[in-house]
Amino acid sequence: MGGAKKYSLESLEVKANLIREDIIRMLETAGSGHSAGPLGLADIFTALYFHILKHDPKKPDWDERDILILSNGHCVPVRYAAMAHAGYFPRAELLTLRKLGSRLQGHPERLRLPGLETTSGPLGSGLSQAVGMALGLKMDKSKRWVYCAMSDGEHDEGNLWEAVMLAGKYRLNNLIGIIDRNNIQIDGPTEEVMPLEDLRTKYEAFGWHALEIDGNDIEAVIDACEMAKAIEDRPVVIIARTVPGKGVDFMEYDFHWHGKPPDHQEAKKALHELRTLGGKIRSEHQS
Amino acid sequence: MELHLKSDTSELEPIRKGFGLGLAEAGKTNPNIVAVCADLTESTNMHFFAQSFPNRFIEVGVAEQNLATVGAGLAGVGKIPFISSYAAFSPGRNWEQIRTTICLNDRPVKIAGSHAGVSVGPDGATHQMLEDIVLMRALPNMVVLAPCDSVEAAKATKAMVADKRPNYIRLAREATPVITTKMTPFEVGPAYIFRGGRDVSLVATGTMTYQALEAAKLLIKHGISAEVIHVPTIKPLDGKTILASAAKTQHVVTCEEGQINGGLGGAVAELLGENLPTAMLRIGMRDRFGESGEPEELLKHFGLDASHIALTARHFLSNHTGHKH
Repeated sequence: MGGAKKYSLESLEVKANLIREDIIRMLETAGSGHSAGPLGLADIFTALYFHILKHDPKKPDWDERDILILSNGHCVPVRYAAMAHAGYFPRAELLTLRKLGSRLQGHPERLRLPGLETTSGPLGSGLSQAVGMALGLKMDKSKRWVYCAMSDGEHDEGNLWEAVMLAGKYRLNNLIGIIDRNNIQIDGPTEEVMPLEDLRTKYEAFGWHALEIDGNDIEAVIDACEMAKAIEDRPVVIIARTVPGKGVDFMEYDFHWHGKPPDHQEAKKALHELRTLGGKIRSEHQS
Repeated sequence: MELHLKSDTSELEPIRKGFGLGLAEAGKTNPNIVAVCADLTESTNMHFFAQSFPNRFIEVGVAEQNLATVGAGLAGVGKIPFISSYAAFSPGRNWEQIRTTICLNDRPVKIAGSHAGVSVGPDGATHQMLEDIVLMRALPNMVVLAPCDSVEAAKATKAMVADKRPNYIRLAREATPVITTKMTPFEVGPAYIFRGGRDVSLVATGTMTYQALEAAKLLIKHGISAEVIHVPTIKPLDGKTILASAAKTQHVVTCEEGQINGGLGGAVAELLGENLPTAMLRIGMRDRFGESGEPEELLKHFGLDASHIALTARHFLSNHTGHKH
């Protein structure tokens, strides 16, 4: 991509939907995995891979690339799908997700797939790796940006707040956190399991600049990242409100879909809905 | 191989100081070295580096989980991060972060765990780390080092800079005898026969190598010739040297300032059990915690000083050979 902005907003929205379709196919074929989070994040990852990030799928180790850390590794199907669409590897490989010998592990492993920046899954430690990278890049006076996608639920982890504190201390203006604020975690609504609010004020109290956006609005995601880059004296967190299971009516807002995949019938229904944009258009591939 | 060991071992210096000085020296020639500490900069002797290279020193505060993961991040952008705290907290508190973000992620983070063993002294059991060897040697990709004195610690620290793997180095608080010299060979990997012998192999690591050497001097008075093998690299273990010695002496005694279950004793038992079943005895902490006391008192109390090692080895040999020593 190299920073070239060649996609219209409309084409990005179409891309996000194709990524959602691939997520459904991947999870159905895998027979396990998380549905709600990856679907909710499809717009953010589309914006990142097709507009925001400076990267080159042909040179995953390019030393000028922006760094994207996915802290909540269980949402990796969205990253795999976005990477395949961006050209990191063939889309057909997506269906190897979670299979023996696959480069697409259930949780992302850096050593297995070029283009991943870390190995993640255990929650709460992505941001501190992003902080370490941001600190190292500042020592080198590098112009690269470090983005860290996090879940809201993982804010229960102490390790994460240790990182928030450290980023504030060193005023890491090359670090942008993006929180998938979908209000669910495995045991239920975040505010029942472990209340997180007021998340924005908490970050601000730790020396961050905070933005709140609709995380399913690609334009808003792009605008927020542009705005974040303009904040020169501190790290920025984008609290992106997303709809868990976005795009699939029977999954939306239902925490039961946090940690399970669709079966064949559910996948068929979900794909039909995604192809027709919830009945707004007639599918070309109705089956 | 000429070992150039000191004959006069009256000079005392803490092993951690060798680490601190070695790190500061390595920093002069390698600009990628970064030091990260969790509010124990002087205790872990990282202050030598911090004073010389303030722009390459990061203070994370009392946050050991962050210590490990920030280290992983720094390594991710090409730095060689040394992270230090007390061993009880790092790798004691942050094991999962080390497992996932350093070992599985295969980042060359250099973990320095100071104040390991009961010789920490008056601080008591909470601060006397005894399980670090087993925690670290269980991890794929991890290299585990335990130098025997400050001079070797400085060499080990420099060797860690060149090693591309995740490393753990075990350091002790108390000033202990300097037994090696600048000429003494050190590489990551080999075990070194510090004293030749034929009746029993004393396999020791860290602070216990000095005690084993002293024990060997006591044993000779009882007609026992002890071979002392110093194991500065616990993982990967130099099986060849230990097996050759075991084949010769037929009796192996391990010595460590840590839990024998899974520690050096565990590692040697695994090696011998699979390759050359040999009568062996493990000296160390036997499934229990330490307590407050002066370092020297504690070593005696837990049977880790030279005279206890010699006595235990004599009992072991007489039980197995039928000869009274």
